[in-house]
Amino acid sequence: MTKAILSGNEAIARGFIEAGGKLAAAYPGTPSTEVLETLSHEKGIHAEWSVNEKVALEVAIGGALSGVRSLACMKHVGVNVAADPLMTASYTGINAGLVLMAADDPGMFSSQNEQDTRHYARLGKLPCIEPSDSAEALQYVKAAFEMSEAFDTPVILRTTTRISHCKSVVETGTVESPAGRGLVKDFAKYVMLPNNAKKRHVFVEDRLMRLKEWAETSRLNRIIDGDKEIGFITSGISFQYVREAFPKATVLKLGTTFPLPEKLIKKFASSVTKLAVVEELDPFIEDQIKAMGITVHLGKNVLPLWGEFSQRLVRERISGSTLPMKEVVSGLIMRPPTFCPGCSHRGLYTVLAKLKLHVSGDIGCYTLGALPPFSAMHSCICMGASISAAHGMAQGLALQGTQQQKPVAVIGDSTFLHSGITGLINMVYNGGDAIVIIMNNDTTGMTGGQEHAGTGRPAGGVEAPRLDIAKLCQAIGAKRVREIDAYKIKDLEKIMKEELAEKGPTVLISNQPCVLRYRVSKKAYSVERESCKGCKLCLKAGCIALSFTPEGKTGYVEIDPLLCNGCGVCEQLCTTGCMKQGDA
Amino acid sequence: MNVFNILISGVGGQGVLLTSKVIAEAALLAGLDVKQSEVHGMAQRGGSVLSQVRFGDKVFSPIITEGEADLLIGFEPLETARYLHFLKDDGVVIYNTRPIGTIGVSIAAEKYPSGVNDVIKDRAKTVLPFDGTQLAVAAGDKRTLNLVLLGAALSHLPLKEAFVLDAIVNTVPKKVLEINQKAFAAGRAQGK
Repeated sequence: MTKAILSGNEAIARGFIEAGGKLAAAYPGTPSTEVLETLSHEKGIHAEWSVNEKVALEVAIGGALSGVRSLACMKHVGVNVAADPLMTASYTGINAGLVLMAADDPGMFSSQNEQDTRHYARLGKLPCIEPSDSAEALQYVKAAFEMSEAFDTPVILRTTTRISHCKSVVETGTVESPAGRGLVKDFAKYVMLPNNAKKRHVFVEDRLMRLKEWAETSRLNRIIDGDKEIGFITSGISFQYVREAFPKATVLKLGTTFPLPEKLIKKFASSVTKLAVVEELDPFIEDQIKAMGITVHLGKNVLPLWGEFSQRLVRERISGSTLPMKEVVSGLIMRPPTFCPGCSHRGLYTVLAKLKLHVSGDIGCYTLGALPPFSAMHSCICMGASISAAHGMAQGLALQGTQQQKPVAVIGDSTFLHSGITGLINMVYNGGDAIVIIMNNDTTGMTGGQEHAGTGRPAGGVEAPRLDIAKLCQAIGAKRVREIDAYKIKDLEKIMKEELAEKGPTVLISNQPCVLRYRVSKKAYSVERESCKGCKLCLKAGCIALSFTPEGKTGYVEIDPLLCNGCGVCEQLCTTGCMKQGDA
Repeated sequence: MNVFNILISGVGGQGVLLTSKVIAEAALLAGLDVKQSEVHGMAQRGGSVLSQVRFGDKVFSPIITEGEADLLIGFEPLETARYLHFLKDDGVVIYNTRPIGTIGVSIAAEKYPSGVNDVIKDRAKTVLPFDGTQLAVAAGDKRTLNLVLLGAALSHLPLKEAFVLDAIVNTVPKKVLEINQKAFAAGRAQGK
């Protein structure tokens, strides 16, 4: 046993290794990404970036059916994509163990919604377990595989951002090597025709009863004895906040949040004067406890349904008093995220903003085009929605007979492969009339630069067949497929105008590598102070390397040589020729 | 020991996370319980970044709330001022005085606030401001700012220097270890 500081995600990966896990599949998504990234460097484990979460879960189901312990990892919204196989894998059960790691994002540090994924456990009648730190994350993975095999069920291991991304001390253990079970032919169990599924549904309900009984004595649920004035029931990261805010109070720490150990909870509730249930997001535990006929004195009546908690928030809301708070420094400006200097998205959005087009957006770095100075993305819903929604918009506009210009969908390469392809097939098939721009930067950028089917490399590997996006679009039946250079804004504007005048779908593909992932470094530009008229046209490039200093009636622009990455978009916007690349 | 709380703030891309990683490793070597919290994803694209390290005999929460920080290490003045209300009354601030504009400043929609350095001086009892970027560039790479600031903070860390030095060796990639050690030494001279 050695001690190490691991993030929750690294600990989950370590737990998988120690459990003798062999197959892991995932699609990148903050805060879940690092589990597969860690596993991709392990020998003897097949760790893959699947094209989306549905595929990842299905691959993991296949792995489990083949007889090896298998894991699928995804962020909360990824579970929506994978919900279809999840609901039926509950019926088929497993062969070797199967675990779905789902990472929620209370506070939405990097997500488009704040859903509480635990509801899927209830919907699918699947057990859900929630660790409270990295050490537990490691142990819970091992426990999850034991549960999975003991009860013939997939298990949901649910984390939140503060579990996945916080680092804490972990004691690593030895690696198990469970024997491979091999594929088994079992028509009644694995072929979900109605007649088989009817019987499996009965099995699922019975399994849930047995899991509930098991949870009563599981070591994942434990009571910390203490002051009984207020007794806390809590789980996950909230446990840490409760322990820090009320170190003397008695606590029932739940590791299994579905199904709940009813007898244990009743016994605990009767031992305390007031019962508090502390959980982030939805009253998932609280509602179940209320349904047992138990009074919850302090829960969502005092705690928020949104955002993340802290020891301070728990202390204040439970005690009903406000702690002294130091004044926040006033007059500070916000620092929102922005495109990296040198990023090709900057050129694209400069043009889209200039043409004032209606942009149907998608999930990735390019979503930042919705922010000033571009403000050139007008909807962003979920992975892949840009193309299908743009198609609906175009059809809707045609039905209204308006003169509005056709909508533009903007999507990245990884997102296109994830679920944009189906939208494009649909648009081409159904007489679509929108422009689709695929910003292919050869990586999954926002999550830190992971491989995908279009990069020509697998997770942790060297070479894989490389999907050709242009050829794929042609094969789908798109007649107008053109390559663009997003850095050349005048050419891009011309192409956009040509395509806006055309009828039918257009696909424009930019093939500029991510400057962050591929460490693209171009010579910085500089400004000749005497020539700059202070017109600020270059500032429309929305680049943090630029700054404007007012002087007299106008002022001048400067470029920070440490930040500039020489993309030249600002120089193309300049009308005075005051910008030069290289040593000025 | 009681829990010691460190906030480390800066701009995405400045290497904030490495500083907290080294401190957490040093605390582990000292045999303490330690928790470190950081946020990945969208915020890292040039946005405001905050990392938190807590160590002591037993640490529960991984995050630091208002009025709890013993030490604030700032990579940039505006990002230092943003978290001043997290400091304890006797909290220490060590920060890099080199400002980085925001996107709002770059597009001339906003002005970088004036008097940030004065606000920091007024709000904290012990403040060490210095141009860390210059020291980092002198050490060989602007990206070594994280080790410059760590060096400057050393005398305020309740950790033995040997643990910090070992943690640097354990944490910093071998290829860039030497310039990072140089940067650390430069920061340390500043902090004395």
